[in-house]
Amino acid sequence: MSADTGDAQSGGPIVEITGLHKAFGMLEVLKGIDVTVERGEVVCIIGPSGSGKSTLLRCVNVLEEPNSGSVVVNGFELTDPDVDIDRARRSIGMVFQGFNLFGHLSVLDNLTVAQRKVLKRDAAEAERIARENLDKVGLAEKAGAMPEQLSGGQQQRVAIARALSMQPAVMLFDEPTSALDPELVGDVLGVMRQLADEGMTMLVVTHEMQFAREVADKVLFMDGGVVVESGHPSKVIADPAEDRTKTFLSRVLNPVHASETTD
Amino acid sequence: MPMSPRKRAQAFRGVQYGILVLALAAVAFLADWETLGNAFFNLDAMATQFPGIITTALINTIIYTGLGFALGLAVGLVLALMKLSSVAPYRWIATVYIEFFRGVPALLVFIALGFGVPLAFQIQFDTYSTAAIALGLVGSAYIAETLRAGIQAVPKGQVEAARSLGMAQSRATFTVVIPQAFRIILPPLTNELILLTKDSSLIYLLGLLGTEYELAKFGREGMNATNSMSPILLAGLCYLLITVPLGYLSRYLERRAGRKRDEGLEVTA
Ligand SMILES: Nc1ncnc2c1ncn2[C@@H]1O[C@H](COP(=O)(O)OP(=O)(O)OP(=O)(O)O)[C@@H](O)[C@H]1O
Ligand SMILES: [Mg+2]
Repeated sequence: MSADTGDAQSGGPIVEITGLHKAFGMLEVLKGIDVTVERGEVVCIIGPSGSGKSTLLRCVNVLEEPNSGSVVVNGFELTDPDVDIDRARRSIGMVFQGFNLFGHLSVLDNLTVAQRKVLKRDAAEAERIARENLDKVGLAEKAGAMPEQLSGGQQQRVAIARALSMQPAVMLFDEPTSALDPELVGDVLGVMRQLADEGMTMLVVTHEMQFAREVADKVLFMDGGVVVESGHPSKVIADPAEDRTKTFLSRVLNPVHASETTD
Repeated sequence: MPMSPRKRAQAFRGVQYGILVLALAAVAFLADWETLGNAFFNLDAMATQFPGIITTALINTIIYTGLGFALGLAVGLVLALMKLSSVAPYRWIATVYIEFFRGVPALLVFIALGFGVPLAFQIQFDTYSTAAIALGLVGSAYIAETLRAGIQAVPKGQVEAARSLGMAQSRATFTVVIPQAFRIILPPLTNELILLTKDSSLIYLLGLLGTEYELAKFGREGMNATNSMSPILLAGLCYLLITVPLGYLSRYLERRAGRKRDEGLEVTA
């Protein structure tokens, strides 16, 4: 990591969330969340729909403004009103459920535009890094394509490559495979697995229990705006302590059976 | 016996053709073709209009309209951004401006600019500037609304993606939102250019020198000179020379945008 990405703190955790509260009007969505992500760790967030997973993730790069509590990422105190949020976001990559590739730009330009305009890299350098990352996600030959010409799985891999091209210190994923046809999920998860193996710090909201079990260093189970249970996947997923976690997992892992018994 | 729906549709179509034939026959028999021909299709009178109607009038119409459209686009963009601003007074100002210039006849704007402003401020712009400002004022109100709709049609996720890559709000707006908004609004924007082309016929109100004549004024002067209606018909045809290709361009862009959207849906579905 280069010094100019604002790497103010190199020893401690890369994400440190304490006492985070977030409400939309009267609706309290996050009710005091504490999360720590160490450098190189993969943390998966699971939980039922509406439990606040996306909101939590979006508070980590301040797409949602927290109401109270503190969010420190890569040495930036994001809840400090004086923080340069655009600068802080350079070191936080984000991958969305809906890909959100820039529709008017080619795949290559999607990967270079922020490098050039935000990091002020020259065109050749930006392109070199972009092609490197396209290669990494297995789409080197799609550099000239427009996003609309790609399948959903390819678009999502381009989106991952776009985030990686900023050389972030941490990557956030919000249900990156939920919008994909089942046969395209594997490619995206494969890329994420490879990233994890290379030591990328990742915070992943997902319903892919298999992925969480195999890749995560830590799993957080969220429900009703709080972290109900957290720990190693062998604990939280394989042998949960809380009833709410058990109910959720039985629904996710065995949907047909669960819908018969829980409703 | 009641007719079946298909029979009824057939009969209705027959009636429509009947009305059309009757109307055409009425025009053919009742109109005084000879007088009409002399008045409007007098080729000698038309011939006197060349080459000025092209080299002066058509070119001037294009210049006035082009300048007005460029100014309208610039002001319209500012207004659209004001209308979407989080600062309430900006929104109010933009709303008042848009409602005013959209509601007031273009004729009044030309009179105000041509006579009101020089009287009030003792300044006199040249014709090209005045025409550009007047057309720009008229066009900007419509263009602003079109642009605002286009900007709002760009999915919110586009801005979020841009912001998450470290772009500031303004940079995200100009590199990600506006280019895509333009792609969406290119067809309606072309229509506004057509309307503005026709509004440029009001420029005569400013009082023009011979070299400043646009099509409508040129045609009317020709009418006086030749004692025939033919020059104004010719001027009308020259308008079509501009607006018909623009109409085709607009429909082409619309089709292309539509196809892009459909293709996009297919692959992500
Ligand atoms: N911008 C917003 N304005 C108002 N309410 C919101 C907003 N965003 C989210 N919410 C509400 O906050 C709650 C939590 O939403 P969130 O998207 O964080 O849940 P989630 O755990 O990600 O759910 P899912 O698994 O369905 O994505 C929901 O009730 C949602 O309706
Ligand atoms: Mg969500």
